[in-house]
Amino acid sequence: MSFFKKPPENKTEPKAQLNNRIVRIRPSRGLVSLKLDELWEHRELLYFLTWRDIKVRYKQTLLGAGWAIIQPFFTMVVFSLFFGKLAKMPSDNIPYPIFSFAALVPWTFFSNGLNQASNSLVGSANLITKVYFPRLAIPLASVLVGAVDFTLSFMVLIVMMFYFGLTPTVNILWLPLLLVLVVVISLGVALWLSALNVKFRDVRYVIPFLTQVWLFATPIAYPSSLLKQPWKTIYGINPMAGVVEGFRWALLGTKTAPGPIIIVSAVMSMLVLVTGAIYFRSTEKTFADLV
Amino acid sequence: MNDIALRAEHISKRYRIGRAEESYRTLRDTITDIACAPFRKIKGLFAGGHRGGDAAWTEFWALKDVSFDIRAGEVTGIIGRNGAGKSTLLKVLSRITEPTNGYAEIHGRVSSLLEVGTGFHAELTGRENIYLNGAILGMSRLEIKRKFDEIVAFAEVDKFIDTPVKRYSSGMYLRLAFAVAAHLDPEILIVDEVLAVGDARFQKKCLHKMEDVGHNGRTVIFVSHNMPAITRLCKRAILLEGGSLKEEGPAHKVVGSYLDAGHSNAAVREWADPAKAPGNDIVRLRAVRVRTCEGKTAETVNISETFAIEMEYDVLRPGCFLMPWHHFFNGEGTRLFETHDTDKHWRDRERPAGRYVSTTWIYGNLLSEGIIYVSSGLTKLRPAERMFHERDVVVFQVVDHNGDSPARGAWTGGIEGAVRPYFQWTTGMKPPRHVAPIAAQLTQATANQ
Repeated sequence: MSFFKKPPENKTEPKAQLNNRIVRIRPSRGLVSLKLDELWEHRELLYFLTWRDIKVRYKQTLLGAGWAIIQPFFTMVVFSLFFGKLAKMPSDNIPYPIFSFAALVPWTFFSNGLNQASNSLVGSANLITKVYFPRLAIPLASVLVGAVDFTLSFMVLIVMMFYFGLTPTVNILWLPLLLVLVVVISLGVALWLSALNVKFRDVRYVIPFLTQVWLFATPIAYPSSLLKQPWKTIYGINPMAGVVEGFRWALLGTKTAPGPIIIVSAVMSMLVLVTGAIYFRSTEKTFADLV
Repeated sequence: MNDIALRAEHISKRYRIGRAEESYRTLRDTITDIACAPFRKIKGLFAGGHRGGDAAWTEFWALKDVSFDIRAGEVTGIIGRNGAGKSTLLKVLSRITEPTNGYAEIHGRVSSLLEVGTGFHAELTGRENIYLNGAILGMSRLEIKRKFDEIVAFAEVDKFIDTPVKRYSSGMYLRLAFAVAAHLDPEILIVDEVLAVGDARFQKKCLHKMEDVGHNGRTVIFVSHNMPAITRLCKRAILLEGGSLKEEGPAHKVVGSYLDAGHSNAAVREWADPAKAPGNDIVRLRAVRVRTCEGKTAETVNISETFAIEMEYDVLRPGCFLMPWHHFFNGEGTRLFETHDTDKHWRDRERPAGRYVSTTWIYGNLLSEGIIYVSSGLTKLRPAERMFHERDVVVFQVVDHNGDSPARGAWTGGIEGAVRPYFQWTTGMKPPRHVAPIAAQLTQATANQ
């Protein structure tokens, strides 16, 4: 069989719609556009990058996707033992295990996204130096990968709610918005860290420390109701505080609606996302030279 | 106007060499710098580039004011010595890195292929990698799906398509990677030295595929050090030197002037600066020369005369078993032969440090007329490890000046063949009575008709 069998002509095939378009190459100056349209054109690549990470993630592991559940679940167990049982931490009159787990589910999504994404550009150096595509796709894919883990641990959360006999209230309708919020925060932080990591490899040493501090700076092991009012709202400056309180409120029906804190958090997350995207796009042109 | 596929205008690219590019920076450096010059540094940080003069950086223009047009359907070669800016130009044209100045526009769907198998993941199966790699190269999922069977057949990996590629042999891996790339269907294809991978057989296949692509009326921009491939595949060529465009025109002309003028004499290559010479801390190549039997360096060699290829190298670390060698290629890229050091004196002998000159004597009446490319290298033995390998290090022309090559015999026309050896012929003869009956028989047969 001839290796060089000429492939049948594809002349009649409809060409992609990118046909006849003009690519312009020039140095970018000042603030650059986000080129979201281009990202949209490359949505299939985004899909494949995400799909690759999901595929590869638990290859050659014994427990496979079980890790998605084990991680938050055992953190919850540890928290319940030390903070719940020993320290007698108040938990807004909700059983402590589910109180902490409802917070750990979005938190795990966030911290995994941050971990994966911060190294994503450097880890994709072989792609960045060889092929052009919107670089935004890389950290974006690493954040989106967490959706699988999130779904799994969220199912565990639902099982736990049944176990503790908690029925969700109508507040649960707010959940989709809270999900958007946690993606926004994760992405914003991911953009900042991944782009910074290209230039300053210090980032990877900062990450473990950062996630640890951030974990305790977020009302996961304790309720934000420990704080008095003006401070409680200001607490929302940590965007994860708003998300976590929002999750508890939407799912577990904690007493007071955490409106103010979520608004502060939402504003903060948008700020992080927008500045992150701007920083990312403006340093993007140097990635191939620095990475 | 419409048939311009790519237009580059005054493209320049500057790199800062020195601290910034040597290694990635640490925050500490930056903090120190910030303390020294806060405004400049912060500006630099947010601009992403490096603005403002910093004495610690030296500027380096990888590309300087390069302008050219490429017409649709043309296969254009980009040639030049290492460091002439070829790869940088490709990176700019494929939008991997931005130009510092200048403008370029590309009309049509572009794919760039600076490497085969970009983004292949060892853990994924062949099937999965085809999709992933295809997407990375810019194919849509539908397109990949449609071409999937073709790609698999081309790569000849049907049986292993659901095996992780980490279990593939390197040959299978390359074939699969190239198969995906070969099924890209862009209007403009930018290719860099893809042919520099794999064994000779595979390189040849890639060359053939490239020819196919070229003949299909696609615009191809092709960087290579393989001059025979350039002259064969490309209609036009662009010669870069030190980041500037030196010449543009018909491929054979540009290749010719590259070989002549790129360095004053194509038959002599010398490395004045040992740090830049090919090699390592064991051995460095210092020069390769073509010499006639009289000892003069020469770009043309008489077809019937013995000549020599001389390799000069410094052995810096004593005690290694070293074996220099040369590969000879003709203008079509066919490997005519290889020759390895046959000097018994140095065989199985550890070489003391010093400067060596190894001379290979090539018989006259061996090579055909035409251009000959020599690739030279040196391998350390026990265990075998390649010290350097310079492709097309010297180039010379074999000429049959007056058509007096003895291998011609009495023939004055063209002679084909990769080699033209002068073999001895002997002819004996028996007296006419041996053929007389046959002649009579044939006359009879003709008469009967």
